[in-house]
Amino acid sequence: MIRVQAEDFDAGAELAAFASGNGRVGGVCMFLGLVRDYMGDGTEVSAMTLEHYPGMTEKQLAAIETEARRRWPLEDTLIIHRHGRLAAGDRIVLVATASAHRDAAFESCRFLMDWLKTKAPFWKIEHTSAGDRWVEAKEADESQAARWNKA
Amino acid sequence: MKVLYFAWLRTKAGVGEEEVAPPAEVTTVGALVEWLKGRDPALAEAFADMRLIRVAVNQDYAGLDHCVGTGDEVAFFPPVTGG
Repeated sequence: MIRVQAEDFDAGAELAAFASGNGRVGGVCMFLGLVRDYMGDGTEVSAMTLEHYPGMTEKQLAAIETEARRRWPLEDTLIIHRHGRLAAGDRIVLVATASAHRDAAFESCRFLMDWLKTKAPFWKIEHTSAGDRWVEAKEADESQAARWNKA
Repeated sequence: MKVLYFAWLRTKAGVGEEEVAPPAEVTTVGALVEWLKGRDPALAEAFADMRLIRVAVNQDYAGLDHCVGTGDEVAFFPPVTGG
């Protein structure tokens, strides 16, 4: 399931409800992404705003989810991504995967995050004491996503 | 044809989206970029190095040689930074 929303979500409640009642699930893996309160150079970040491309965001996330299900035997997947203005410490993204065994759950969760970081059309602008600054894409994100290309 | 801009490209373009009617010989993303550059100096500056820009046609990633035409939705944006 994919949810793109401005509202906050309850990570504990999402985890409890995720794949519940499915007796084939032996392992669930969840990643939760939060807003850091500093930039790479140490400048304090009070908040950020996430812009996205409505329509393409959902389309790309659905494609990423389909690819994960093609690669691993998954019982369920969940991607929640927020947009709009978020304060330091706020939840941004939740990715959860459920499978019979832990390897598929761990690996597919990492895969979903790595591909989401480089393919889902979201952009962050950080609000700092030194002004607003668009976050630049990191080379490391590309290389972390690229290592899944071999599979 | 609908053209969309996101993040710092939207700021440069001054608009988030616009309806455009390029001449019939504009049949690829690359030709559209050149045409857009010709009608707006700010976009000419933004599109100076297309390696910094990502393109989507009808909400799928596309290269500069991808076909475009009437009714298509073409989006330009910097590399994504979600997650």
